[in-house]
Amino acid sequence: MIEVQGLTKRYGRALAVDNISFHISKGEVVGLLGPNGAGKSTTMKILTCFLSATAGQASIAGFDTFDNPLEVRKQIGYLPESCPLYLDMDVVAYLRFCAEIRGISGGERAQAVDRVVASCDLGKVTGKLIGHLSKGYRQRVGLAQALIHDPAVLVLDEPTSGLDPNQIRDILRLIGALGKEKTVIHSTHILSEVEATSDRVLIINNGRIVAQGTPQELVARASGTTVFVTVQGDSAPAGIAEAPFVKKADRIDDMPGGFTRMAVVGKDNQDISVDLYRLAVEKGWLLSELRFETASLEDVFAKLTRG
Amino acid sequence: MSNTLAIFKKELRGYFSSPVGFVFIIFYLLVSNAFFFIVQDFFRQGQVTMRYYFAALPWIFLFFVPAVTMRLWSEEKKLGTLEVLLTMPLRETEVVIGKFLASLAFVFVSLLCTLTLPITLGILGRPDMGVIAGSYIGALLLGAAYLAMGQYISSLTENQVVAFIISLFVIFTFLLIGLAPSQLNQLGAFAHVCEYISLLSHFNNVTRGVIDSRDVVYYLSMVGIFLWLNIKNIEARKWR
Repeated sequence: MIEVQGLTKRYGRALAVDNISFHISKGEVVGLLGPNGAGKSTTMKILTCFLSATAGQASIAGFDTFDNPLEVRKQIGYLPESCPLYLDMDVVAYLRFCAEIRGISGGERAQAVDRVVASCDLGKVTGKLIGHLSKGYRQRVGLAQALIHDPAVLVLDEPTSGLDPNQIRDILRLIGALGKEKTVIHSTHILSEVEATSDRVLIINNGRIVAQGTPQELVARASGTTVFVTVQGDSAPAGIAEAPFVKKADRIDDMPGGFTRMAVVGKDNQDISVDLYRLAVEKGWLLSELRFETASLEDVFAKLTRG
Repeated sequence: MSNTLAIFKKELRGYFSSPVGFVFIIFYLLVSNAFFFIVQDFFRQGQVTMRYYFAALPWIFLFFVPAVTMRLWSEEKKLGTLEVLLTMPLRETEVVIGKFLASLAFVFVSLLCTLTLPITLGILGRPDMGVIAGSYIGALLLGAAYLAMGQYISSLTENQVVAFIISLFVIFTFLLIGLAPSQLNQLGAFAHVCEYISLLSHFNNVTRGVIDSRDVVYYLSMVGIFLWLNIKNIEARKWR
């Protein structure tokens, strides 16, 4: 549905997007993840034909963003970063205006407005001026605008920024629901959001894609191999270090009550927590902690974007 | 075409959805009527003519029109709504023309509100309505040229105050060069060029009650050039 090949964008001398390529299939929900200034917004602006790429190609539903921008825009619903809206219009007038520009004819316009008012839960504020709405409602109006023509592709640039935790949950639920029938690309720097909503993640840093995959794949790739164990017994530290399945065992800390905390790495970098448990039972050591370190998406992100 | 209409309706509603549009019109009517009745001393003059009223119009429009156009693009840029607007399926040309027609309609409404003056004249005496009608058409053409200039300048900045001041300055320059030739006769051909590109010299013909096709072509060309520049400037955002 979305095809990007060698996309590059320069602002004067600054390189914002550096030769990125990716493919998004129909019905996929893809999170574009990266620190601020990584090139997420620029990529989205090119996909929505607001900007032109310096080099490379992007196409949506088979239409090239450069050769056929009007067709591309028809396929897309777009919510830009910070959700810009006309503050002096009321909600319904604004949505009607968007519907009119989207080519929805007079008779169907009211229906389209009703549909997005319902799906974005705007019923309480329809007659209000947008300038008088809270941030959360404005974000929903922005989303309603993006949905008014029932587009095949949704491009959402940081749809949850500046919202409170409840509003974030609502918006994510909405994105999740939309993702069942639409292709969604959304950007964020909040990792739990992509974990909650996305089928696939593209991590972008300094204008380049540094990793992509499902959240689980990325976590697995960056996961550690260390088991943390806190054990009581004089012979325990030496016993663990000499166990056949252990490659390396470091003493981290002496704890009260004769416990010792250790970081243990198994042979072949496997999870050896079960083996350690059996060993402790066999030797009669007391265990107060036994934990295989798994990386979070945060760790993956930090590793890829700082290193 | 339907997109232009949608933009036109939205912008025109924008002028009247807040008190600002009414304040502009009232301000314009107060100033122009004060000029007519007080500065030109209509009642003691003893002439049923609007000639002096229209002679003052380029200077009143100098302040009025930039106030009308200043927000057209700079507000969209500042709020970021430009990004939503220009990622909808419409052409830059449609947006530029829609906005221009809306501001023209606003100025047209303002001019309609001044029709009380010719009606008053008609009651008091027998003014030359042909001259007055011609002058109104000229005023609309002049306003259109100012609007196109102001609208283009508004697209260059996201600060409305800056847009207002630069528009005022540019239009002022286009007025002043029309005053130059009479002082600078020795400049020869240059004086003619100045006279030709001046907004003022063409309007002086109009206030005499002569609608010459050359003046009409001049004003329409000014509108065309500045709207074209406006379209190009909006399109150029893609390459910055």
